[in-house]
Amino acid sequence: MKKQQASGYTTADGRKIGGPVMEMENITLRFGGVTAIQDISFDILEGEIRAIIGPNGAGKSSMLNVINGFYHPQDGRILYKGVERKPLKPYEIAHQGIARTFQNIALFKGMSTLDNIMTGRLTHMKSSMVSQALWWGAAEKEEVENREKVEKIIDFLEIQTIRKTPVGRLPYGLQKRVELGRALAAEPSLLLLDEPMAGMNVEEKEDMSRFILDVNDEFATTIALIEHDMGVVMDIADRVVVMDYGKKIGDGTPNEVRNNQAVIDAYLGVTHE
Amino acid sequence: MPAEFYFGVEVFLNGLMAGVMYSLVALGFVLIFKASGIFNYAQGIMALFAALTLVGFQDGQIPFSHLINAIFGTEVHHFGWHLHTFFAILAALVVMIVFAWLVEKLILQYLVNQEPIILFMATIGLAYFMEGFGDLMWGSNVKKLDVGIPQGGNFWIEENTAFLGGEDFYGFYLDNLDIYATVIAAVLVIALVIFSQYTKTGRALRAVADDHQAALSVGISLRTIWVIVWAIAGFVALVAGIMWGAKSGVQFSLSLIALKALPVLMLGGFTSIPGAIIGGLIIGVGEKMFEFLIGAPLLGGATENWFAYMVALVFLVFRPQGLFGEKIIERV
Amino acid sequence: MFYREAGEFKTSYRADQQTFPIRLDKIGFILSLFAAFVIIPITMSEYWAQAVFLPFLIFGIAAIGLNILTGYCGQVSLGSGGFMAVGAYSCYKLMTSFPDMNMLVCILLSGGVTAFVGLIFGLPSLRIKGFYLAVATLAAQFFLVWMFNKVGWFYNYSASGQITAPERTLFGYVITGAKAETVPVYFVCLGLLVFLALIARNLTRGAMGRKWMAIRDMDIAAEIIGVNPLRAKLTAFAISSFYVGVSGALLFALYLGAVEVGEAFSIQKSFIILFMIIIGGLGSIFGSLVGAAFMIGMPVILKNLLVSNLGWPGDIAAHLEFMIVGLMIIIFLILEPHGLAMLWSIIKEKLRIWPFAH
Repeated sequence: MKKQQASGYTTADGRKIGGPVMEMENITLRFGGVTAIQDISFDILEGEIRAIIGPNGAGKSSMLNVINGFYHPQDGRILYKGVERKPLKPYEIAHQGIARTFQNIALFKGMSTLDNIMTGRLTHMKSSMVSQALWWGAAEKEEVENREKVEKIIDFLEIQTIRKTPVGRLPYGLQKRVELGRALAAEPSLLLLDEPMAGMNVEEKEDMSRFILDVNDEFATTIALIEHDMGVVMDIADRVVVMDYGKKIGDGTPNEVRNNQAVIDAYLGVTHE
Repeated sequence: MPAEFYFGVEVFLNGLMAGVMYSLVALGFVLIFKASGIFNYAQGIMALFAALTLVGFQDGQIPFSHLINAIFGTEVHHFGWHLHTFFAILAALVVMIVFAWLVEKLILQYLVNQEPIILFMATIGLAYFMEGFGDLMWGSNVKKLDVGIPQGGNFWIEENTAFLGGEDFYGFYLDNLDIYATVIAAVLVIALVIFSQYTKTGRALRAVADDHQAALSVGISLRTIWVIVWAIAGFVALVAGIMWGAKSGVQFSLSLIALKALPVLMLGGFTSIPGAIIGGLIIGVGEKMFEFLIGAPLLGGATENWFAYMVALVFLVFRPQGLFGEKIIERV
Repeated sequence: MFYREAGEFKTSYRADQQTFPIRLDKIGFILSLFAAFVIIPITMSEYWAQAVFLPFLIFGIAAIGLNILTGYCGQVSLGSGGFMAVGAYSCYKLMTSFPDMNMLVCILLSGGVTAFVGLIFGLPSLRIKGFYLAVATLAAQFFLVWMFNKVGWFYNYSASGQITAPERTLFGYVITGAKAETVPVYFVCLGLLVFLALIARNLTRGAMGRKWMAIRDMDIAAEIIGVNPLRAKLTAFAISSFYVGVSGALLFALYLGAVEVGEAFSIQKSFIILFMIIIGGLGSIFGSLVGAAFMIGMPVILKNLLVSNLGWPGDIAAHLEFMIVGLMIIIFLILEPHGLAMLWSIIKEKLRIWPFAH
């Protein structure tokens, strides 16, 4: 596979895509005897929506986990914003500006919607503990400022009515939206979405697609997402990486990938008349 | 060989036997934990309650006599008959089975999907309740438990090992009760292992321990299994209660044995029967040897109070699943 | 119809976030404070002060401390008794080594020492989780009690092994020792409780509280969104231990006067404090106080009812107490794991629309 161009391009609808935010070079990830990811290289450019697709077990979630530092590859380099990234703890990587959602929702079930999304602001809240203990003054001011930001996200995702509800009580689709809100609250440079449409009906998928596109449009957030619904991928992704059995078998725009024989054989299949 | 060495060996042997007693209690825990994921803090109080019930039946005590006397101003204490030990044990066993059934019906079935820590705290509540209940039912004074097991030092062993170690050494002093306990515990363990490996119910137990959902899907009744498991644990508690009770009298401190079983389980793994045995032996020997070699001479003694926990703590940090337990894997 | 928030709209986030957003609640709070600071000290009998109010104030602090660690941060600890002992013995050593030290400073420093010890025993929490951690805290409990029993330096080598609080005054009132006056002692404890409860409330409603709750609910996800789990857990251990240590110091110096570690700070105490927060409500400051009130008040009420009124022997009352506590724990865990505080919230919610059903 030839390496994708290292600097920007302009999409069909006129959005400017910048330089690489994330560059994976020859990543290999093993768990004991199993090789989950084998010598994969690709990049994610600033401002684009990059989809990672492939059959189940291809290693997509593992790749996402490598990107946000939960797993450390045995081989390969990771460059974040052009700088080689040493193995860091997940919370350090969060502070660098990477946020994500999870395939099986990882919300804090004991807290309300509002509190959950407020936890997303933690990387931006700096007041000391003493200040928090004494509350009135600096800590309260910061709390109110961040509350305002979170309320903007709540408005954006249209979840005002459930802001005080404990998330455990919310239906699945709304929980996924709250999780998205929590990731957005971090104002990330790179947003990772792990199967954001899983388990949704057509309407919910349309809503979620709209939110993802809006996030990319309004906040200029770079997005990498794993997704199985090819219709969604074709519609919203700028470029696609295809994985199969831990290897990369396709890399390009949705159209290029759709017509790639290897991808068709492994994953897409052909329509029969 | 100097007498000191043989004293050390004696401490070692006593440690082994103390370890067997610990294993006995730990077994009850492992059974329940394997089948339902619950750490039953009440296991110790179950041993106490079982022993109290046994003595109560043996002596023909009237249950709740203290309370009845307080309410009605009467002075009754005993029925006047004495039950033969064999029947008293059977009766106590029946009581423990009823207890198991009640626990499942009133508590466990309502807490099915809760996290382990909630279940653990529920068993603490159960332990407190049973303590008050047991005391109310049979009285809280210390009782002597006699089921016919000989006590005191075993003269045969003592005489026949006196030749070792020269004139300062009088032979290994091993208590008869401890020897009986070891044998009984060994028999019990073998029986339990056979039961779990080779019988249909035992297999069902292992299925439930592995995966509740899967077990349900092959038609195993979770609730029945739980009653069976708690009943077996009750039986183990009865045996443990008899052994410990015969040794030091039936009193409240019996329930604190539960706390001693915890380090045993942490060492051996919560889900392993052989682990409970080996863990118990290691803790038993370790405690006594540590006290003998370091605790008494250097640290002022009574290190047995915390030695087991420190060992367990070290294990928890470096090998959380214990020696034989299943590895705990976390996934995102 | 009385209890409602209809018509009470908040126009700022600041107003929305306050502790008592409903006016009726705020009035209730002010009335309680008035009762606590004015009415009770004037009207309380010596018996009620010693049997109910003082232990409530002192254990209330411990309950808040444990709730921070267990209820908010999800790290179960069965070592509270041992940590109270650390507070008590630190206080004793400070009092005897620095006779001129101000008593309040003594108490707060004792809390500080306990915080440090709590930090150390909290280190395993990074590798061990949930129920296994609870068992590890037992190691702390037994070891600490053994240590205070055996190592003579802690009790100044006294023959009895007991520690006794020398007499100290604060603002001219005697608050420790045989001549301590009840009302000043009450105010010291009350003042500390209100102050510490306030701080706990502030910490738990802000960023720190959210970090703790995130760790409690799903620590892996918490780490991925940027919470440093080591820091968050150790902070919880330290702050919680501070509270428990202060409580232990107060229990020793201002209440019991003399303490034998095996009796006063045994594992039974650890369980009692745990029960306070289970019954009162995990993850609620108010709940900690409700639970403390229950666990302190119930035995007294029971004893008065059964022994004084009905003439039953004392040990029956004790046995019934065990049964009731055990039963309450089970009932609360089944029906309402969030304790009396949640039940209270639900009652208020129903009151909001009373007498209408929906």
